[in-house]
Amino acid sequence: MSNNMHDWLNQHGDFLYRFALARLRDPHLAEDVVQETFLAAIKSPSFSGDSAPRTWLTGILKHKIIDMMRKNVREIAASDLMSEQDANMDEFFDDAGRWIEKPMDWDMPENALEQKQFLGVLQNCMDKLPAKLSALFMMRDVHETDNEEICKELNITKTNAWVMLYRARMGIRKCLEINWLGA
Amino acid sequence: MLDCRQASQLISKSLDRRLSWRERLEIRFHLFICKYCKRFSQQLTTMCTAINRMSQSIEHNQDIQLPSETKNRIANAIESTVD
Repeated sequence: MSNNMHDWLNQHGDFLYRFALARLRDPHLAEDVVQETFLAAIKSPSFSGDSAPRTWLTGILKHKIIDMMRKNVREIAASDLMSEQDANMDEFFDDAGRWIEKPMDWDMPENALEQKQFLGVLQNCMDKLPAKLSALFMMRDVHETDNEEICKELNITKTNAWVMLYRARMGIRKCLEINWLGA
Repeated sequence: MLDCRQASQLISKSLDRRLSWRERLEIRFHLFICKYCKRFSQQLTTMCTAINRMSQSIEHNQDIQLPSETKNRIANAIESTVD
């Protein structure tokens, strides 16, 4: 088994690492889940040889990634959760509910989404989110976890979740306008 | 009548759950008369698309490899688990 596992590490390690990095966006966390995956694999009697090793390992990895995200979001202290009121207390709208700074025309060129510059700024903006917002945002918008499931898993209310996602998206959008369009 | 704050909140919610018909109607009307919220709505969609593309490009980028120190660390961990 150990020899097998070393071969698999060489053959599939990079693939698994990229898979994890695409979802966690943090090299250290991605390395950790890959390690946990191999250690879980070696202890698991369930590999029957019916499926390809890569498919089997990826299945384990997916669970490890979700566990990692859960752990990150659980670390949100209860006091950091947001209520309906927090959605309305913001720097984006005036008392009458009008935009203070009106969203600009982004005028996206056709290939903007492939542009390294745009993607680089977007990543920086995501990195700048406060940890509590970031964990939830990664789980929802990057990993596309179902909302109901997030609330159930994390024991937060739907109100907490939508307000936090709203604030995360507002923050990233504003950050993009400032740093990408140079507003 | 929605104001822009309420509209922006509903637009964000629409990414997470299906809006009620009433909410959809209110949004559609607001977007018809408000070009700023229309921009906002398109921008959230752009952000989502870009985030998905980024994930895909990381996943398919052969230049990204598990660092060799980490590979060694994992190999050692495998050894000590077997023993």
